[in-house]
Amino acid sequence: MQEQELIPHLFRTEFRKITAVLCKLFGIENVNIAEDIAGETFLSALETWPFKGVPENPTAWLYAVAKNKAKNLVSRDQVFHHKITPIIESTAPSGYEIEIDLSAKNIADSQLQMLFAVCHPSIPAEAQIGLALRILCGFGIDEIANAFLTNKETINKRLFRAKEKLRAGMVAIEFPKENEINSRLQPVLTTLYLLFNEGYYSESQDIVLRNDFCLEAMRLTYMLIENEQTNYPDVNALFALMCFQSSRFEARKGANGEMILYQDQDESLWNQELITKGAYYLNLASRGDRVSKYHLEANIAYWYTIKEDTMEKWENVLQLFNQLLMIGYSPIIALNRTYALSKVRGNEAAIIEAEKLDLSTNHYYFTLLGELYEGIDKEKAKENLLKALHLSKTLPDKQIIQNKIDHL
Amino acid sequence: MDEYILIFRHEDGTKVASPEQIQVWMKQTMDWIGGIAAQNKFVSGTGLPFDGAKVVGHNNVVTNGPFGDIKETIGGFIIVKADSVDEAVEFAKGSPVLQGDGNTVEVRKIAKRDGTH
Repeated sequence: MQEQELIPHLFRTEFRKITAVLCKLFGIENVNIAEDIAGETFLSALETWPFKGVPENPTAWLYAVAKNKAKNLVSRDQVFHHKITPIIESTAPSGYEIEIDLSAKNIADSQLQMLFAVCHPSIPAEAQIGLALRILCGFGIDEIANAFLTNKETINKRLFRAKEKLRAGMVAIEFPKENEINSRLQPVLTTLYLLFNEGYYSESQDIVLRNDFCLEAMRLTYMLIENEQTNYPDVNALFALMCFQSSRFEARKGANGEMILYQDQDESLWNQELITKGAYYLNLASRGDRVSKYHLEANIAYWYTIKEDTMEKWENVLQLFNQLLMIGYSPIIALNRTYALSKVRGNEAAIIEAEKLDLSTNHYYFTLLGELYEGIDKEKAKENLLKALHLSKTLPDKQIIQNKIDHL
Repeated sequence: MDEYILIFRHEDGTKVASPEQIQVWMKQTMDWIGGIAAQNKFVSGTGLPFDGAKVVGHNNVVTNGPFGDIKETIGGFIIVKADSVDEAVEFAKGSPVLQGDGNTVEVRKIAKRDGTH
């Protein structure tokens, strides 16, 4: 790897590890200090490596520098010394010098414990995602702002407030007790699910970044699978869902960055390796007796990996959407369910059901109605698509709808 | 918006349907409920299998059943949200249970827990 690529690459993989280990050591209230030390470590690398050359083992170099910076801070900084040292000393034998454990095992444990801390029920959901992106995934503020289509100030403010919450809540960085794992796991899975969707459905034009969000969500989910105590069936189901969805990364984007709809995708671009992986974890997910929404969504995503329109496919998808709606309503699931219904019982039956949905502020609703009327009543199809066009907000959405109108 | 329970009453609980028939009914029932849930009007519900059913009577007399003296029995229920009893009745009309001759769906308003019923 070239030197100019090496440091950003290491930043992506090592920043979060150093932050997690230091944060675990110093306590969640000092998350900023942990981040600062990790950041300064990379600054040192940027200042030194171009002149003295890249060290033989760059990662070990970073760890050594981070350790020194942390040790210096503990002994030098009076405030820090009084506030933190007693905490560290109380958990360690007397006459001890601060020990910073950057072994693979402690890194993995710290990251997992940080994941539970960040996704603590006392932290608001949107703050959890921001914190996860920053602390657990090591994304830059500008990258997070780009993905959320907002500016750095907004993200900084959001992260600041989220860290305040962590501090105020005195959230401990520890593994949940065994009888609490299942309940503590639920907000973790929600955050990972939303993190993945943030990447998958983001309107940001930065495709590489969006894929990175998805990959990070998958990495964190896989961490839960690797740990015996958190390897629950719904974790496997969520991972399977992510594998199936991400198998279409390549096929979803056209040459000019435009969105390609499922029906129009070149299925030879679907990643078969990820589809096989998804099937493997979906199989593992079926061990338990509980069917979570991740199970249902992963099953639906599985059927979508088969492009061919068969009755078997759509009947299964329809039943899965029925079950998903019974667990919890969402307008998008209601619309997708109606689409599946049209495939099983025909457009006319689906139009009757669609008109009961009461979603007349939703442009997807009118897009669906437009599609259902296609081939039945061209005027009504156009009328609905025009309503959809009027209600849609983003350029890609408008382009897709306009395309449909042109092809009527 | 009020909640209503739709109770599926089967005229004859002793009738045995083939597994294939049961499968078809299951699918139809799920589609019916899915249609209600798609309108965000489904609250909860469950089927009530007939096997192993017991009736506890006066003086704690337990009988297998409910198919002794009376054949009519309850096969399940769902609870829906509706603006009026008429809307709940419209939901009930779609129930696949009604395909069975003599079967009924009873629509009852759920008492609000505010002391006013």
